[in-house]
Amino acid sequence: MSTTIDDEVTSGTPKKPTKRQRQAAGIAEAASGGVKMLLVKVLMLGIVDAIAVYAIFILITSDQWLVAGIVGVVTAIVNWIYFSRTKLPAKYLTPGVIFLVIFQVFVLVYTGYIAFTNYGTGHNGSKEQAVSSLMSSALERVPDSPTYEVTVVDQFGELGLLVTDPDGEASVGTTDSPLTEVDAEMEGGKAVAVDGWTTLSFADVIARTDEITELAVPFSDDPNEGAIRTPDGSSGYLYLSNLEYDAAAGTMTDLSTGTVYSDLGTGAFTSDDGEQLLPGWQIVVGFDNFVRAVTDERLAGPLLYVTLWTFAFALISVASTFFLGLFLAIVFNDLRMRGRKYYRVLMILPYAVPSFLSALVWAGMMNESFGFINQVLLGGASVPWLTDPVVAKISVLVVNLWLGFPYMFLVCTGALQSIPEELQEAATVDGARPWAVFRLIKLPLLLVSVAPLLIASFAFNFNNFNVIYMLTDGGPRDSNAPIPVGFTDILISMVYKVAFTGQSRDYGLASAYSIIIFIVVAVISVIAFRRTKSLEELN
Amino acid sequence: MRVNTKSLLAAGAVAVVATLGLASCAAGDSGDGGDAASSTLTVWVDAERVDALQGAADAYSEKNGVKVELVGKDNADIKDDFIQQVPTGKGPDITMGAHDWLGELSTNGVVAPIELGDSAGDYLPVAIDASTYEGTVYMLPYAVENIAVIRNTDLVPEAATSYDDMIAKGQAAGLTQPFVVEQGAEGNPYHLYPFQTAFGAPVFGTNDEGYDATDLQLGSAGGEQFATWLASQGKNGTGVFNTDVDGDIAKQAFLDGTAAFWLTGPWNVGSAVDAGLNVAIDSVPSPTAEVASPFAGVKGFFVSSESKNKVAANDFLVNFLGTEEVQLELFKAGNVLPALSAAAETASSDPIIEGFAAVGAEAVPMPAIPAMGSVWQYWGIAEADIINGADPVATWQKLTADVQAAIG
Repeated sequence: MSTTIDDEVTSGTPKKPTKRQRQAAGIAEAASGGVKMLLVKVLMLGIVDAIAVYAIFILITSDQWLVAGIVGVVTAIVNWIYFSRTKLPAKYLTPGVIFLVIFQVFVLVYTGYIAFTNYGTGHNGSKEQAVSSLMSSALERVPDSPTYEVTVVDQFGELGLLVTDPDGEASVGTTDSPLTEVDAEMEGGKAVAVDGWTTLSFADVIARTDEITELAVPFSDDPNEGAIRTPDGSSGYLYLSNLEYDAAAGTMTDLSTGTVYSDLGTGAFTSDDGEQLLPGWQIVVGFDNFVRAVTDERLAGPLLYVTLWTFAFALISVASTFFLGLFLAIVFNDLRMRGRKYYRVLMILPYAVPSFLSALVWAGMMNESFGFINQVLLGGASVPWLTDPVVAKISVLVVNLWLGFPYMFLVCTGALQSIPEELQEAATVDGARPWAVFRLIKLPLLLVSVAPLLIASFAFNFNNFNVIYMLTDGGPRDSNAPIPVGFTDILISMVYKVAFTGQSRDYGLASAYSIIIFIVVAVISVIAFRRTKSLEELN
Repeated sequence: MRVNTKSLLAAGAVAVVATLGLASCAAGDSGDGGDAASSTLTVWVDAERVDALQGAADAYSEKNGVKVELVGKDNADIKDDFIQQVPTGKGPDITMGAHDWLGELSTNGVVAPIELGDSAGDYLPVAIDASTYEGTVYMLPYAVENIAVIRNTDLVPEAATSYDDMIAKGQAAGLTQPFVVEQGAEGNPYHLYPFQTAFGAPVFGTNDEGYDATDLQLGSAGGEQFATWLASQGKNGTGVFNTDVDGDIAKQAFLDGTAAFWLTGPWNVGSAVDAGLNVAIDSVPSPTAEVASPFAGVKGFFVSSESKNKVAANDFLVNFLGTEEVQLELFKAGNVLPALSAAAETASSDPIIEGFAAVGAEAVPMPAIPAMGSVWQYWGIAEADIINGADPVATWQKLTADVQAAIG
């Protein structure tokens, strides 16, 4: 490898620019296309193509045409790029772009889409699924009706049930023809075969599950007497349905009360007085979720203090971690200190422990009656670390400081080391005192490189769900609020509680909230980045 | 600039392979699901019970030629994954679950009714009640779980006759905190419910279809009496109940012998026995003359509404998992009382199981109706407030009003 590049340097210098460029491109191509490399390339692309063909084949057999098409097109483009002699930048970018699309763009677009639907509890699937689910739960076994032993039989492809009633009488019927008595071959009191019909084995029954699930043999000519169905292929029960679906009109009728439920575009069958039959189905609801997100009355009270606390939490966390990290970085940057390496390693330790784990450990240590801090460090005091509204806020900030300062320490150490020593020497020669050197020279230079990271840190802490959820779960609870919100809840953890309370999951609302929060954070970050640009110009 | 073009290119190629590999994996799963639907039953099982079911699954495959594929899943993920995946057609045919999921599963239309037929009478009544939602059975029950008092027989050899007797006996044995029950900053109404029922204040009234969401009993006079009693046992009273005591702290106190009575479930008995303690299972000592009934949680199996294999699924559940032999097999793995009466009787030869079964006979199924979600939301925090010294009657009235408003 290094020889080819040396070639480039030696052979490239005496030539004219255009020719030289052409040659360089040729060499670069040769570098990537040596015989060995070419073989590896062909092999790799062969594997990629083989996998892609297999994927397309499987996708097509399961009717996923769109995905199959996308995989096909992407594979074709990948082949074209890597077999081409010129597409050098694309060769570098393609893998990254593919990952970006799968793991970032798709997720964002999908979240955006969900925000405009009513996806959540009760609106989980398609309309057909809702109808079939409603119809199957509407079946009610006729009270006091016996269990009928049944055998599934077939006549010219039409399924029927050979039913043995408790008196031992056999009768046969299909979905269209009610039960009629027949002389059947009996085995142990159960009719197992009848002339003119083929008895299905258990394997046949399993293979024709769909038809058998639909099979309902009317008990008599009177539909009000119900129909026999078999859930397991061997026992039959008499059912009556109390819902009727009119596919043409798209309405559900409750047969016991006569109420008509129709599809009014609300994503569920709705009666005239607004009563809904659940499950409903997923529909696109436009901006409804966004309107609900900002007009929800339950949020009116808590929203204000939660927003204030979110900003306070994010700002204080950034400031405290930055200044502690910076202070330690300066201290450990002093050449006169011995064993700096070991101290630095110690400083970084909190960063190495997963934050989920440390938050839970802290939660244990801060338990009021049994925690390590109260019991051992404070000798049996009972400081309500996590249960008093004000103290809990301080605890959250302290834990977040512990979790966050090593990052700032690392960043500041790096930035400080990149500031030339001469500047400090020059300033000292000019008579500046250490504080002035720091405030007027080091800090501004430091901020140029660190300010963007502070903004990123703000955005991260603004949505720092893990620490809040693991440490206090938003508690202590505000028992006056109409939603289960607490005094340390930040916006994102409050949203989680609003969208996923109790047994209801409202994915549409949750997505809408996360988009709103994203916009807030994005606006703040853009403004802040603008400000840092002016900082750079000053210097 | 030295750029290692070849290795970068190789890395790129590897990345592409990985990407497409991922895509094909995803595709492969769906393909398998589609093909296999005709002859394979996919069953989602709590990862800890896969081994227990494996024998039964193999036996069923041998008997009927239907392959049963068990997929072990983290118990905490099963419900949400099931709700999300069933509508896509890629979910399992059957899933293991708990009866209190029923309201949510049914509202989402992801479960199909199960007809137990005449065998319904063979199960414990509480199991059948719990498996029924709005008059329809959706679950094949296999185990019934409830809490009871575990007593350290070395410290207190005799069972307590009432709540006050329990505290007195414990104190006589020289313990300052003889009784522990797990709470937490947001309370734990599940573990306090037996005491609440002793004051005659269930959460909901019942009608012939099960719990009735329109009949909230929480705020009855008994509820306020319970709140007053709870306050008297809290921070400003005897201090028996403490919101700082969570599950681990309660367990440690019992294992260390600083507490002789522990209100908990069968899942914790193992650790007490392993620690070498001699324990007995007692019913919950009542603070009143009434019986203290805990909630019963029933575990079972649901059939997916989108299963392509409903006949086999129903046959597997009702005619196979509902047999005494298989229920006992599951019992051996989980040590939780079987839901089938005959199996429950056999299992009760173990004194610990017998103890829990005796308490379970007094238990009531935990409500599965969606309105219960609104109750949980406010219930624990109100009880925690009362334990920590808030005005009991006013707090309880606010709890009732909040729940009523949330149910609508």
